[in-house]
Amino acid sequence: MLDQQYEVLSRVLPPAPETSSQKVRSMESSDAKVLPQPSVRVNPKLRVQGFNFYYGPVQSLFKIDMEIPEHQVTAFIGPSGCGKSTLLRCMNRLNDLIEGARHEGNILLDDIDIFNPLIDITDLRKRVGMVFQKSNPFPKSIHENVAYGPRLQGLKNRAVLEEIVERSLKGAGLWEEVKDRLHKSALGLSGGQQQRLCIARALAVKPDVLLMDEPCSALDPIATGIIEELLHSLKKELTVVIVTHNMQQAARVSDQTAFMYLGQLVEFGLTKQLFTNPSKKQTEDYITGRFG
Amino acid sequence: MKLWLKHFMASGELFIWGCGAGLSLSLLMIAGLLVLILLNGFGYFWPADLVELTLKDGKHVIGQLAGEDLSPKGDRRIRMKIGNRDLYGLDYRWINTDQIVERATPADLVMVERREWGNFYGRLRTLTKEEHTVAEGSEAVWQALPSLLRYEESSEAESAYSMLVVDANGKEKSLALNQVIRVLRPNDLSKMEKVWVYAGNLWMVLTTEPREANTEGGIFPAIFGTVMMVMIMSFVVTPFGVIGALYLREYARQGVIVRTVRIAVNNLAGVPSIVFGVFGLGFFVYGVGGTIDALWFSDRLPTPTFGTGGILWASLTLALLTVPVVIVATEEGLAAVPREYREGSIGLGATKWETMWKVVLPTALPGILTGLILAMARAAGEVAPLMLTGVVKLAPAMPIDWTWPFIHLDRKFMHLGFHIYDVGFQSPNVEAAKPMVYVTTLVLILVVVTLNLTGIVLRNRMRRKYAGSTV
Repeated sequence: MLDQQYEVLSRVLPPAPETSSQKVRSMESSDAKVLPQPSVRVNPKLRVQGFNFYYGPVQSLFKIDMEIPEHQVTAFIGPSGCGKSTLLRCMNRLNDLIEGARHEGNILLDDIDIFNPLIDITDLRKRVGMVFQKSNPFPKSIHENVAYGPRLQGLKNRAVLEEIVERSLKGAGLWEEVKDRLHKSALGLSGGQQQRLCIARALAVKPDVLLMDEPCSALDPIATGIIEELLHSLKKELTVVIVTHNMQQAARVSDQTAFMYLGQLVEFGLTKQLFTNPSKKQTEDYITGRFG
Repeated sequence: MKLWLKHFMASGELFIWGCGAGLSLSLLMIAGLLVLILLNGFGYFWPADLVELTLKDGKHVIGQLAGEDLSPKGDRRIRMKIGNRDLYGLDYRWINTDQIVERATPADLVMVERREWGNFYGRLRTLTKEEHTVAEGSEAVWQALPSLLRYEESSEAESAYSMLVVDANGKEKSLALNQVIRVLRPNDLSKMEKVWVYAGNLWMVLTTEPREANTEGGIFPAIFGTVMMVMIMSFVVTPFGVIGALYLREYARQGVIVRTVRIAVNNLAGVPSIVFGVFGLGFFVYGVGGTIDALWFSDRLPTPTFGTGGILWASLTLALLTVPVVIVATEEGLAAVPREYREGSIGLGATKWETMWKVVLPTALPGILTGLILAMARAAGEVAPLMLTGVVKLAPAMPIDWTWPFIHLDRKFMHLGFHIYDVGFQSPNVEAAKPMVYVTTLVLILVVVTLNLTGIVLRNRMRRKYAGSTV
């Protein structure tokens, strides 16, 4: 249903503006200072093009250009207030809820502008799931939490719902721990379990992209380890974008890393390369702990 | 010394003690009030012994002791309920203790509960059927009475039987048996039997209709009217209050207008309730009710159907009175729902309305119920607006009965709060009605407590359902 809509839209809508990667490639020869792009090219899932974002009079994102490749984990790092969460929240238009917020530029999901008025915003959010910094299971049973998204889409068949719940919980690595208490309150789970439940809840609507806003910042190292392992298995199914304060975490889990500072994208590239051989001084200072 | 004082002031100890003392004082006063009501309310049902006093002047007095105090002159005196209103005109009498020669509690003293004139205290003498004596003497009549009274209770016809009773000083009085509800010998009852009589009295008050200008008999119509009115009010006020709060908190653009509306709503809670009564009379009774009559009940005019006070209009007036409470509580409940829940739901593709309906409102439900509990407590105790919109001293029929359409929202009704006012301050015999006031107050408090407890249990169950095992 959703895919159909996107197919139709992709035929109806004018072709997206030239993508940044094309720009980069065309400019590479002439301009040496251009942003380094991931050298291994895969299908870009999300493309951010000349993106500015304002909270009222305050501009918090400046001319962001990036391509997030499909089936990979992309990490955003940077000091507090650098705009990484803002950028993440723009990717499923969660910032629409904030009064006075406005943007310039485009974000393309599979070559379709997510800000296009023809796009159904709830469909977009089903395709681009979100896991928040603070685990936020609804005060309902575990089953109800996971079934929430499918129910919104009008799914009522009990057997199908149960199957989705099981598949999603397995996908989030939580099934074995909760299969005997699916109808108990979700608030009785531990912090790490709650966060995995939120991942399962997001998986239940079968998103293409999973956005994670510092998902491990409130968890202990063991729970963090479990979620990091989960990311490795998740990227087979979907594209993951993760915001993290923890540089070791970014180094461990991500394929691509973007370093942001004061609302600007300073450097974006292969994780290995960015951490071992950063091309910008600022990046080097940050990852070696000289500021941040 | 000065240093010590400074330290003491700085530690805040004085303040804490002051707060504690203030709180204890108010709790103590509330407890005292409750104990007073409980003692007097529950004491009313106890079949106290009948005492026969012999006075210095040779006269006798029969009655129930009702307290002891000092007269204005400083003499010790006792207060007695002497009953026999038809003979003496008064129910109570004070007797100086030094006048009393002898106190006795003979077993053959009877207390006759009658349909008119209150209780009779005295002795049984003869039982007659159409001028023929059936039984003579206190004991014989006492033996013959129970079966006859049972028969009288079931028949509506004019009684053929009557009995002759005498008061303490031998004054005779003839009573037709259909005027008699019950004859008791309190002095002859064992403790267990007294408990049984006590329970019977309690049950009678809770389930029967009032007699004798409300000063005797039961208060069932008032209990029923109060509960039904509160129920209707709750059904109306909950959706209105919740919708109002939802709009104010979640949908309206926060600004000067919304702030003004919020202040206005809060102030509405401080408007004197009689003003709501006047509004209810003008708007609901004459306006809405009058229009309904003109449109659908014109054949009955000029006798109004809905164009006069009734339980529906009273409930709606009270709903207006309590809607600010519900709005404020619901708004607080909504504000307490974490932003994460909303974002989580919206992030899963829910619309704002779906988020409200499926996540925010269920989470705010305990807060909403708190508002409803407060509203019910306020509504059950309110009297002034009801006097204008449908409460009566004695309702001829209940708002629910077996005649079609079974629920009669247009009917006038009785209310415990108004009953207190009426019995305590408007009845012809205030002194005799005093116990009834205590009983009614007690029942009103119990009704409010019951309604509140129901709400609280419901709320706790909801909280437990959603709370984790760790909480």
